[in-house]
Amino acid sequence: MAEIDFLTKRSSQVRRDIVKMVHSCSSGHPGGSLGCADFFVALYGEMMHYDPQNFNMDGTGEDLFFLSNGHISPVWYSSLARSGYFPIKELATFRQIDSRLQGHPTTAEHLPGIRMASGSLGQGLSVAIGAALSKRLNNDDHIVYTLHGDGELQEGQIWEAAMYAPHHKVDNLIATIDYNMRQIDGDVDDVLSLGNLKAKWEAFGWEVLESNGNNMAELVATLKKAKGLTGNGKPIVIIMTTEMGQGVDFMMGSHKWHGVAPNDEQLAQALSQLAETEGDY
Amino acid sequence: MSIHDLNPTDKKDTRSGFGDALHELGKEDERVVALCADLTGSLKMNAFANEFPDRFFQTGIAEANMMGMAAGLTIGDKIPFTGTFANFSTGRVYDQIRQSIAYSQKNVKICASHAGLTLGEDGATHQILEDIGLMRMLPNMTVINPCDYNQTFAATKAIKDHEGPVYLRFGRPSWPIFASKTSFEIGKAWKINDGKDVTIIATGHMVWYAVLAAKELEKLGITVDLLNMHTIKPIDEEAILTSVAKTGCVVTAEEHNRFGGLGEAVAQVTTANMPVPQEFVAVNDSFGESGKPTDLLKKYGLDVSDIVKAAKKAVERK
Repeated sequence: MAEIDFLTKRSSQVRRDIVKMVHSCSSGHPGGSLGCADFFVALYGEMMHYDPQNFNMDGTGEDLFFLSNGHISPVWYSSLARSGYFPIKELATFRQIDSRLQGHPTTAEHLPGIRMASGSLGQGLSVAIGAALSKRLNNDDHIVYTLHGDGELQEGQIWEAAMYAPHHKVDNLIATIDYNMRQIDGDVDDVLSLGNLKAKWEAFGWEVLESNGNNMAELVATLKKAKGLTGNGKPIVIIMTTEMGQGVDFMMGSHKWHGVAPNDEQLAQALSQLAETEGDY
Repeated sequence: MSIHDLNPTDKKDTRSGFGDALHELGKEDERVVALCADLTGSLKMNAFANEFPDRFFQTGIAEANMMGMAAGLTIGDKIPFTGTFANFSTGRVYDQIRQSIAYSQKNVKICASHAGLTLGEDGATHQILEDIGLMRMLPNMTVINPCDYNQTFAATKAIKDHEGPVYLRFGRPSWPIFASKTSFEIGKAWKINDGKDVTIIATGHMVWYAVLAAKELEKLGITVDLLNMHTIKPIDEEAILTSVAKTGCVVTAEEHNRFGGLGEAVAQVTTANMPVPQEFVAVNDSFGESGKPTDLLKKYGLDVSDIVKAAKKAVERK
């Protein structure tokens, strides 16, 4: 499929951007960013309707996306730049002083594509519900998407929001969980187990889908299925299994690359594993 | 206008001023939406909720989610008013307000009732005395604490047209009505009385006590320049400096901890521009307790006599 081929190639480029960005400032979060590259590329390359040249806060007539686990900002910045929101070369300013590309996403620097600050975890689902209700009041039938870390689900506010959305039939909302089963201190199951995650969301009244988040064809098919389920009186959540560090072999299989940047040698090694498909910044 | 023109006969709770104005705003502007965390009756939001059910969001006892939802509702040009007790509007949800509202520059109106000691019998768990300080410290936040039913009504109307996050603090008890229901300007103090001996700057319920104190002080030969500082941030520096230039001393009165509130805000202005002796009528770094509102004000040093005493001391220190 030409479409899947295009998206897969873009994922590789986004992954190159990610490792270059965290390397150049010697900080940031490559692990989760690499794991979610396919999701972001599918979202911005295939699923969402948006107008990057005329970004405005209200986003009326557009689909909206909220990143709740703001620390994986590199993958979002790369995806936004590669989708036309701002110049690709601006990725070089990530985490530098006077940059619009703050360590965690913010509206304060007026970077097109961002509608809410995130970083302190657990807040994005509530915000997305508010934005979805606003769309309902405006008779705007577009969709609100979110992404959350699995470790982030340990925050209580997530479950306040999870209880609200089904009760009030917020059905223009697709939440996604990056289920890589790792967090800063180790495996989620060791730190604070989420138990049966699917059963939890179902018990709260959500329509639950599952997908491999690193298989582009399966991911796009699941996202399309989720979109088809909107408007049926229930919010939708996709539990998306990913591999932290996906695409760079020495970053995979562990939590240790959650928030560590590669050195020069490691950068070269990582880039040698990721094809340059659209031109580096 | 002077303290002698203020002889109110009517009393009402300030929260009703909020509820009545919110109901009117609902009729006037379709962008206005309201959220409440299971305290619709206490916040007097029933009229709005009943007339505009599509624009009223009952969040249940989940204040963090309510603040996030309010932030999200602004995306799509809504003007959300959140309603719960002051304690649950600030301390409980500080990080949600900080990140999703203040830092994200969202046009949310955080409307907080049952602030301070005058909540009364429920006691210290609910009597927040730190909320002004918490909200003042947040960049982008406007902080307003009106003095009676009329001013709360007027302030509620005014904040709708103010672009940016606002913390509006009001209370539970029935309180004398003496302010204007129509004239209210954010950031512009109400000059209640002209005097030359001492400046008294009061906010919230304490404004009425300051009026009573000024009347007593006048009998003792001390004339009071009296300011109602309903907007604590941004504070009306010009009004403060004009007054203390004339009087040479100041008393602040607030239903709040002496740390973080109006007193410190005023001191910041005077120390940087025109240092003068200042006396603080405020709660002395303690929690409250159960009791009748006026008894509590007396016990915690916020009575009319405390303002009189503070004024005399300020004058002596000149």
